[in-house]
Amino acid sequence: MARQLMKGNVAIAEAALRAGLEAYFGYPITPQTELLEYLAQRMPELGRVFLQAESEIAAINMVYGAACAGARTMTSSSGPGMSLMQEGLSYIAGSDIPAVVVDVMRGGPGLGNIQPSQSDYFQVTRSAGHGDYHPIVLAPGSVQEAVDLTVLAFDLADHYRHLVILAADGLIGQMMEPCELPPMRPLPSSKPDYALTGAKDRPARRIASLYLKPEDGEAHNRKIQARLAQIRESEQRSVEHFTEDADFLVIGYGSAGRIAYSAVEAARAQGLRAGLFRPISLYPFPDIRLSQLLAQVEGCLVVEMNAGQMLEDVRLAAGHDLPVAFYGRMGGMVPTTEDVLSALKSAYSEFVAESAPVVGKVKG
Amino acid sequence: MSPIPMVPPAMEPVYQHPLALADVHTTYCPGCTHGIAHRLIAEAIDELGLRERAILVAPVGCAVFSYEYFNMDGCEAPHGRAPAMATGIKRCQPDQIVMTYQGDGDLASIGIGEAIHAASRAEPITIIFVNNAIYGMTGGQMAPTTLAGQKTTSSPAGRAIPIPGQPLHISELLAGLPGSAYVVRRSLHDAANIRKAKKAIVTALKVQMAGLGFSLVELLSSCPTNWGMTPPQALDWIKTNMLPIYPVGDYKIVEAAKQL
Amino acid sequence: MSRGTIRIDVDHCKGCTLCVSACPQEVIVINSEQVNGHGYHPAQLKEEEKHCTGCGICALFCPDACISVYREPMLHPAKEVGVWHGN
Repeated sequence: MARQLMKGNVAIAEAALRAGLEAYFGYPITPQTELLEYLAQRMPELGRVFLQAESEIAAINMVYGAACAGARTMTSSSGPGMSLMQEGLSYIAGSDIPAVVVDVMRGGPGLGNIQPSQSDYFQVTRSAGHGDYHPIVLAPGSVQEAVDLTVLAFDLADHYRHLVILAADGLIGQMMEPCELPPMRPLPSSKPDYALTGAKDRPARRIASLYLKPEDGEAHNRKIQARLAQIRESEQRSVEHFTEDADFLVIGYGSAGRIAYSAVEAARAQGLRAGLFRPISLYPFPDIRLSQLLAQVEGCLVVEMNAGQMLEDVRLAAGHDLPVAFYGRMGGMVPTTEDVLSALKSAYSEFVAESAPVVGKVKG
Repeated sequence: MSPIPMVPPAMEPVYQHPLALADVHTTYCPGCTHGIAHRLIAEAIDELGLRERAILVAPVGCAVFSYEYFNMDGCEAPHGRAPAMATGIKRCQPDQIVMTYQGDGDLASIGIGEAIHAASRAEPITIIFVNNAIYGMTGGQMAPTTLAGQKTTSSPAGRAIPIPGQPLHISELLAGLPGSAYVVRRSLHDAANIRKAKKAIVTALKVQMAGLGFSLVELLSSCPTNWGMTPPQALDWIKTNMLPIYPVGDYKIVEAAKQL
Repeated sequence: MSRGTIRIDVDHCKGCTLCVSACPQEVIVINSEQVNGHGYHPAQLKEEEKHCTGCGICALFCPDACISVYREPMLHPAKEVGVWHGN
C-alpha cells in the first residue's frame, strides 16, 4: 500500500472506516473536528451511519445504543467532551459491550485552549466515569501509530467486549505525516450474540448496567476485574530506544515521548547513556517491561504535557529505591527538545553515580 | 402465573394476559398506572405483530426495570438519554421498531434536550411519555410537570410558580417541531380514556412502521404512593387537577398519519 | 344479560382496588382473609358471580394484567370492548 500524507484526525477516521466502523456519532470540538468532518463525507458514501449529535452526552448515548445493536461504533472528542461523556462511558462499561472513543487531548482544565496536552491521562486511564473500571487506553506517537492503534482499538474492544480509548493529543490530531492505511475490511456478516436485534426465534435479550442486588453487583464487578487482570497480563505495549546499555531512562508517551526521543538522541551524542521508554498502552500501563528496565538504570525522568500524571504510574513501577525526576509543561504548552535535554542532563548528573563529564552543568 | 381455575366450558376468553408482557411481578406500587401503560403497550405490540421486531429503551426512574417487563429485546439508558440511545439503535437497524418509555423526570427535566432533538430530526422512534407530575422512584420530588401549588418533598410549601418554573407542556412543545409526525396526549384516569390511550399507542407505532417520523404519546398518570392517595383517589386527582392543566388531545398528526 | 366471568391471578395481584371500584356490577372485592406471596390481599370475584357480564372493565384497569375475562358467546357478537385477546 502506498504511503499517503494525511492529517492525524483524518487518518484515524479512515483507519476506523477500514477497521469496520459501522456507526459514528460525534460533536464538533477542536482539536478533533476534522475526524468528524471526514466521516460526515465518507460514512454516507459507504452506506454507513453518521450523525452529528446535539451534544457529547447525546453522542455517547447514541454510541451506547449502536453498541447494543451490535454495531462497530465510535465517537471522538477532546477533554471537555470526554468530561460530558463520563456517565455514558460508565454505562457502556457496566454493560460489557464494546465501543471505541478517540480523545484528542487539549489544554485544560476548564475551557482551557485548543493546544495539545496530555492532561486527560487520569480521566481516561483511572476509570470510565463512576465505578470500578479501566478502559483500555492506547497512545499513538505518530500518524502511522494512530492508524495502527485505531484498528487495534476496534479489535481489542470486540475481543474483550470492553471500552477502548485512543488517547491522542492536538499535535497528533492536527499534524500531517505520511502513513500507510490498512486494507478495507468487509463489515461483519453477523451480529454478536448479545445484540438487540428483535427477539425473533429466540428469547428476549436485555442489556443494562443495573444490578439491584449488591450480590449481583459485586459478581458483575468481579467479572470486570478478572477481565482487567487478563488485559493487564496480555495487552501491555511499549516502544523503547537505546535501552540496551542505558543507566538512565526517559519515559514519555505520545507527543511528549516523541520529543523526549530527540532529547535522548542528543544526550547520547554527548556521551550520556540515556534510553527512552515510550508506553503505547496507557492502560494496561506497561509496568512489566518498565520494571525490568528500571532495574538496569540508576534513575529516570518522566516527561509529560501535564503536571505529572503518568508520573504516578512510573513511581508505582519504580518503587521507592529509584529516583524519579519529572519535567512537564501544562495548559497547552509543548516542551522543546532543549527543555527536555536540560532536565535530562541535570537529573542524569544527580542520579547516575560516575556520570560521564557533562559539558556545562545546567540546573534544570 | 398460578394455574387459572377451571372456567365453565361455555365461556369464551375475551381478554387474557398479553404475550408481549412478561409474566413477572413488577416493582410498581399497587395501583400505579405505569402498569396500565405497560399493558396497553404490550397489547398494541401483540395486535401489530411487532414483538419480534421491537426494542424498548427504558429510562431511569420507576420504569427503570421496564426493559424486563416485556417479552422483547430491551435496554436501559442513562437518565434522560433514552431518545439518544434509541436513535443509535434505530439508525443501525432502520427496519426494527424502537420505542422509549420515559417518565416526566426523565424526559421533561434532564432529558428534554434529547427529546427535542430526536423530534427535530424526525427520528422514526416512538416515545411513551408517562406524566405523573412527580419524581416517583426517588420518593416524590417536584418535577417540571408538577402543578402549581402541588406539595412534594422538594416543594413542601407547594410548587411556588414561577420560582421553580411553570408546568412544562411536552406535547405542545414537541408538536411544534416539523420532525414530529404524531404527538398526542392521553390519560389513564378512566375506562374511556384508557381505551383512547390504547388506540393512540397503536397509531404511534403505525406511524413508526410507516416511517412517517417522530411519534410520542403522553399519558397522564397517577402516583398513589407519593401523592399520598389510594389508587382510585389518584385517578380522580388526575381528572380534577391534571386534566385542566394538561388537556388531552391531538397536538400534531401529519396528514399521512390520519389514515393509519 | 349475557353471563361472563373473570379469573384473577392472585399471585401477581397487589390488592390495589382499581378493579373493585371500576366494576359496574360491583362484584369484585378484596379478599382480606387471603394474603399472597408478596403480602397483598388479592381481589376476587364475589361468590354469586351471576352478575358478572364479562365487560372487561376490571381488566382494563388492572395495572398488573392479573385479570382474564370470559364471556358466554352471545347471539350477536359483542361490541368491540377494546379489550381484545392478547394475540
